[in-house]
Amino acid sequence: MADVRLAESALDPVAEIAAFNARYPTSGGIVTFLGQVREGGGVEALELKHYGPMTLPGMVELARITQARWPLEGLLIVHRSGIMCPGDPIVLVAAAARHRRDAFEAADFAMDHLKSESWFWKREKTANGWRWIEPREQDHDDLERWR
Amino acid sequence: MARLIFLGRLEDIAGTGEMSVASGPVEHILAALDPALAVQLLGEKVRMALNGRLLTDMGGIVLGEGDELAFLPPVSGG
Repeated sequence: MADVRLAESALDPVAEIAAFNARYPTSGGIVTFLGQVREGGGVEALELKHYGPMTLPGMVELARITQARWPLEGLLIVHRSGIMCPGDPIVLVAAAARHRRDAFEAADFAMDHLKSESWFWKREKTANGWRWIEPREQDHDDLERWR
Repeated sequence: MARLIFLGRLEDIAGTGEMSVASGPVEHILAALDPALAVQLLGEKVRMALNGRLLTDMGGIVLGEGDELAFLPPVSGG
């Protein structure tokens, strides 16, 4: 029931969302979240690295936990790996449920855990070269909300 | 031989994402590395995974033939 993927090339959020929505006609509420590379701050490129033996298995486990916590009819998690430019999609989460509250919370939960508990490492390129991005304090506070 | 994998910023510090090492106790393997790198690998925020499974305690770990030990600094996804 969960569709979980690691995308090593461009992802098409419009096509993904249309296909997901069509798959769950009995869901009264579908929440989708799209994370994209922010424009500005002199960022020319963003690179997401993953670790084969752990990243996708970890995402699958996150989907399992999310589905155990909320009564979802469908869940989609697609996360990019590789080099992206400003405006490119990085991550797409969609949660389908009979009622909207479950869909909102499940998508929020999955995103907080993708940000700071999944096996990805991010670096950005500016005129000064590449720089690794460390997790923010806010990311940890976001996670605490679910404990 | 066994393999060490360096993720995120550790790859820059090591100058490579992957290193072949002789099998044996992890302590011995780390002791043979550049001390500046070893210090970073043993940082309190760095976690380790043996063949894709997170280790809770690296004490007494011995790498066998074909084993892969990954060093995982704090993550940042999304």
